Amino acid sequence: MLELAIGIILGGCALGAGCAMIAGIGPGIGEGNAVAKACEAIGRQPECKGEVTTTMLMGCAVAETTGLYALIIAFLLIFVAPGRFVDILLDAIE
Amino acid sequence: MIDILLLIGVILPIVIGILIKVLFIPASEGISVTGAHVFFKLDLPLGGMPITEAQVNSWLVIISIFFLCLFLTRNMKTRKQTRRQIIAEWIVTKTDSLVRSNMGKAFMGFVPFIAAMLALSAFSSLLTLVGLFPPTSDLNVVAGWAIMVFILITYYKMKCGPWHYIKSFGEPVPFLAPLNVISEIATPVSMSLRHYGNILSGSVISVILASGLSLLSRKLLGGIGTFPLFRVGLPAVLSVYFDVFSGCLQAFIFAMLTMLYVSGAFAEDEYNERKKRKKAKAEAKAKAEV
Repeated sequence: MLELAIGIILGGCALGAGCAMIAGIGPGIGEGNAVAKACEAIGRQPECKGEVTTTMLMGCAVAETTGLYALIIAFLLIFVAPGRFVDILLDAIE
Repeated sequence: MIDILLLIGVILPIVIGILIKVLFIPASEGISVTGAHVFFKLDLPLGGMPITEAQVNSWLVIISIFFLCLFLTRNMKTRKQTRRQIIAEWIVTKTDSLVRSNMGKAFMGFVPFIAAMLALSAFSSLLTLVGLFPPTSDLNVVAGWAIMVFILITYYKMKCGPWHYIKSFGEPVPFLAPLNVISEIATPVSMSLRHYGNILSGSVISVILASGLSLLSRKLLGGIGTFPLFRVGLPAVLSVYFDVFSGCLQAFIFAMLTMLYVSGAFAEDEYNERKKRKKAKAEAKAKAEV
């Protein structure tokens, strides 16, 4: 019985981590848009390449934040949560 | 002679860090993902304060950068500059123009602060190249920097008087005040999590890749021995992106956001008007006394 409970905890954590990373779609599309527009801008005005690249990298990094939130949640679910949850389960049994 | 001593001062902290890691941190079985190793706990009145790898490594980085600055700025001449003087001048002029273009002339006092932040962040992230724990992949270190930036932002908002600061929460409509408070707090949270998440994800992905490759080589080339052949090379290529590029980019972004937030928090017109009003009031008072 205990093995089953722990198995459910581990499986749930892994599934949750996978589901959390769905958030990676958003930053991917957003950064793709940003880079596409930056390429257009450089094509139109090659002389301001440096400035456009800096601004684009900056915007990309800011857009990446939501994806990183999801990544941190996924890391917590993989590396931290299982131990915590198993401890809680064992405490509850006692 | 002193040059060599200063160079030793640059390299020695890193060597000490490697020695500390080899001597005091127990070797882990295989490849594993762990947080910063806790060396010991200081007993303080408000509870124990753990001294971790992150703190030790960031102090080592600070000492290393200090000696690097001394080394670069030694023997300055107006003519026949040495190579390192040109490097130092390049760093100073670049940071100068960066701050000037992003913050304006009123904030030129921020140049050393921004340069220090860039150097500390970049060098801390680059510590992974010598196998040490990068302090920036510990949330506590980065959160400390973000809180410092938050205090700076609040200070520059307060410059126009506390009443102006409180009133700014009720804009554009007073009932949006809770949302404004949340967005104020979200600034340091997002800044610290962005930096921390980028560096941490880089190291975790490298570790997962390395362990996967060693497993693969054990399964395919089991007979040759325990040497993980596939692990040679490929992680190094990825580390160029995850450690070098990502670390330097995050340092730049942290400094850039600091500049934008701080200069955006300061309402220059409002401040000048307030100064004028105060001056007029003081003059009126002086006249009345006469």
